[in-house]
Parts: sequence; structure tokens; C-alpha cells
Amino acid sequence: MKPFIKAEDLVHEYSRRDEEGNVIGINRALDGINIEVQAGDFIAVLGANGSGKSTFAKHLNALLVPTEGTLYVDGKDTSDHKNDLLVRQSAGMVFQNPDNQIVSSVVEEDVGFGPENMGVPSVEIWKRVEESLKNTGMYEYRKESPDHLSGGQKQRVAVAGIMAMKPKCIILDEPTAMLDPEGRKSVIKTARELNKKEKITIILITHYMEEVTIADYVYVMSSGQVRMEGTPRQVFARSEEMVKYRLEIPEVTKIALELNRKGIKIPKDILYPEELVDILLKIKSAGTAV
Amino acid sequence: MIRDITIGQYYAAESVIHRLDPRVKVAGTFLYIISLFCFSRFSGYIIAALFFCIMVKLSKVPFRFIVRGIKPILFMLVFTAALNLLWTSGETVLVRYGFITITLEGIEKMVFMALRLVFLIIGSSLMTLATTPNQLTDAIESLLKPLVYIKVPVHEVAMMMSIALRFIPILIEETDKIMKAQLARGADFESGSIIHRIKSIVPIIIPLFVSAARRASDLALAMDARCYHGGAGRTKMKPLEYKRQDITAYIIIFCYMAVIIISGRVLPF
Repeated sequence: MKPFIKAEDLVHEYSRRDEEGNVIGINRALDGINIEVQAGDFIAVLGANGSGKSTFAKHLNALLVPTEGTLYVDGKDTSDHKNDLLVRQSAGMVFQNPDNQIVSSVVEEDVGFGPENMGVPSVEIWKRVEESLKNTGMYEYRKESPDHLSGGQKQRVAVAGIMAMKPKCIILDEPTAMLDPEGRKSVIKTARELNKKEKITIILITHYMEEVTIADYVYVMSSGQVRMEGTPRQVFARSEEMVKYRLEIPEVTKIALELNRKGIKIPKDILYPEELVDILLKIKSAGTAV
Repeated sequence: MIRDITIGQYYAAESVIHRLDPRVKVAGTFLYIISLFCFSRFSGYIIAALFFCIMVKLSKVPFRFIVRGIKPILFMLVFTAALNLLWTSGETVLVRYGFITITLEGIEKMVFMALRLVFLIIGSSLMTLATTPNQLTDAIESLLKPLVYIKVPVHEVAMMMSIALRFIPILIEETDKIMKAQLARGADFESGSIIHRIKSIVPIIIPLFVSAARRASDLALAMDARCYHGGAGRTKMKPLEYKRQDITAYIIIFCYMAVIIISGRVLPF
């Protein structure tokens, strides 16, 4: 099957300029990225601040174009500006700050903004708005002003706004960074449901390791390069390395690591607290604890 | 105090006024404002007030929301009132003290001018409370469409207005936050001379501008990501179409105008 997203030796450089506009330095934000994403996958890109993950996200939406290398989204080369609108239609993007991406003062009008820009007929817009608000669980708030919603709800409205454009893929660029734990959970849950029920490809960009456990495949980025990749279990098993990339390891994994250090042999790739509890109980009942 | 500005604040309700075509509301408000300057006698104020009260009742917007709009212009109101009071010459002199002369005509003019201003503000407040900013800009876009022929970027201007309106509450909240942060670090906005107080506002304005610029750039990206590319080839989720109720509303507004103009000539007061 042809990959939905294909990055080949993707490089992006930001040039720093002085007041006269002369280039005084070059920042290599992306340094030879090779990533392939199949349609219908749930992919997570994990990285600390300054790892280049948001720059990568902007490339997927043709908001930035490669300095070197190529990036194909849904078979279209993003460096060709003629493809901009097509790329943005098939891969929609949700940003970090919920307030700064909501255009309208009424939820349903905001969700309709994307389809309006695409020139969808009015009747069809209403259908899409209704459907995507129901899919994200925000239908009952359709007449509200976004200012009356919580951060998590605003982010779900933003997701609905992208859904109404009928994309094949949604890129979530640190969607939970400004949210409380409740809101974080609700946004991740929504993304997961869209992936399962609507078969939408999800690319979740984040620095919270807890959030990537539900992904099919994880890429870990640092200084513009992909340092690790694999299923969440494969990546978590190497969580000692993650510290190097300035990522914070979840509590469960930390406990598993510490126990291992004390000589208690338990797997290092534990993703969920329940899993750890199960394993510890098993060890206890078998009487094999040290 | 800072949260009291009602302009740009939509009050959600199901009412006849809310359902009206926004073009009717914009044109109606415009005519209402004009009507306020079409009379000079007491009867006109009663009719204007009566008409306004009926509209408020129909709109189901609580009265306190509408009155709130007056607070920010209170200073201007008092200032105009004072000017009118002191600078109107008349025959019935009530007080004469130094250069201050207060006449009966002055008092009359002061009251009427203040009332006019109040009606003007609360009238447009009602419109913005009962119309979503998006509908409002749709209406302006549609009413100004003829200007496209003389190369006025009507769609772009309307879009900027709707975004400005959307961000007013956010920026107000932000101002509040910055002020509290500065207060917590010992800033003083309340006391001192006027110059001192104006200077103390600088540390609020600068972070506010910085944050507004950042928001603007974020929003531009988000709009790009949602395929925004100007007005060409764009459809509307809520296209504007006149319905029967809108025609009725136009007729009512014109009747009101007629009554206002005629009453000034016929009624004795």
C-alpha cells in the first residue's frame, strides 16, 4: 500500500537575521527526517521543546516547505504551492492554543469556517457541522460562545472544525499542552475515537509520554532527528534513553525502572498502572519477590 | 469594571430579534440612530424610548446587559452634559456665578443631549447583543458589496472586523490578567497625578500588544491551515436571505421613522 505520508531526508533550516536582514546564523530544525505513515494509523511524535516536532507538523500542513528533501502528503508534493489547499484538505491541523485557532464567536459557525473556505454548498456545510460536532461530543454546545467553554472543550471544537473539512488525516500539534488533566484526557479520547470509528489517520505531536501509549507507532525526536521509533512498548522499554532527549518518563515506567535497579525482575515496557499492579500481585502470590 | 464593555458580546437567546436577518438589524439600528436626531421635542424621546423598550422586550436580552454598555462612556456623557449645560445661552437665567451661567434652556439641552447619547449607545448595544459578530459582519459585507466596484476589499475588511470582535473578550481577559500580575508586584494604577496614572498604563499596554501580535500570527496560521484564501470561491454556512419577517421588520422601522418625524410637527409638546 502506498504510504499516506512519506518524508524523505526532510531538512528545514530557519535563518536568523540581523536588523539589516543579513543572515547571521542558520538553525537546522529538521535534519534528515525519514518517516512513513500508512492511512488509518495512529502515530505519535514525541519530543521535548526545540526538538523540531512542531516544525515537522507545520510541514505536514504545507505551512512550511522543505529546505531540502521531499514530503508527500496523500501523494502530493508539499513544496509545490499549487498543492497547498489540497494538502490542507486531506491533512487538517489542530494547534496548541485553543483560543488562537477559533475564528468565530459561535461554536457551530467556527466549525463551518473550513467548509466555507472550501466552497462547500450551505446545505452540505450544515450536515458536516452537525456530524463533526456529534463525533467530538460537542453538539450540545453548538450555539455557545467558545469563551464559555473549557480548554478541553475548545480543543474538541477545533478538532470538529477540522473534521468538517472531511480530511483523511488530522495532525494534532501539542493539543494538550495548555490543558488541565481532565481536558487532556477528553482530547486524546476524541482523537482515539476518530481513529477507531472514522478510520482517520492521526498524527499526535506531544511531549507527554503518557499520551503516546495508545498510538500504533511512536517516533522520538531530538535536535531535528528521529532518535527512536517503534511501538509504544518498544519505545518505553528503552525509557532510560529518553532522559537524554529531555523527556519526562511517566510514573509507572519510573517505578518499573527503579524496581529493576533494586533487582526485582519485571518488564521495563510497562504502559499502564493497572499492568504494574497485576505484575506485582503475581510476583507477590508466587512468592518470588526478593 | 473592565468586563463591562458589552459591544461585541453576544447574548444567546431564541427571539424574534435574534432570528431577524442581520441586514435588517444593521440598517434598522442605523435608521434608529438617525431618528434620534430627527426630533427636538419631548414627545420624540418618549416615542424613541418606547420603541426601544419594545425591541428589548422582544429580544429577551436582560435589561441590565444593555445598561452595562453605558458605564464605559459615563465620563464622556458627563463631559458633554456639562458642556451643554454651561455653553448654552438662554433667556431664563437660573444661576449666575462668575463666568458660570446656567439657564433653563441649558438644562433642557443637557438632558436631551445626554438622553440622545444614551439611546445611541444602548441602541447599538442591543444590536450587537442580539446578533452574532459573524452575522454582523456578514450583514456589513453584504450591505457594502457595491463598494467592491471601486476596489474596496469588502470581504477582507468584514473578516478583520469579525476577528477583532471575536478577540475583544480574550484581550479584555488578558488585560485583566496583566493588571493583576502588575498589581501583585506593587504597581499602582489608582492613585497619583493624571500623568503618573497614564505612565503606569505603559506596563500594561506593552505586554498586551506583544501578546496580541503573537495571537494574530497564531490565528493566521490556523486560518491558513483551514484553507482560508480570501473571499473568492467561498460559500456561506448561513447565507443571508430576506424572509417575510424581515420585510415586516423593515416596514415597522419605516413606520417608526414616520411617527417620529410627524410627531415633531403635530404634537404640542
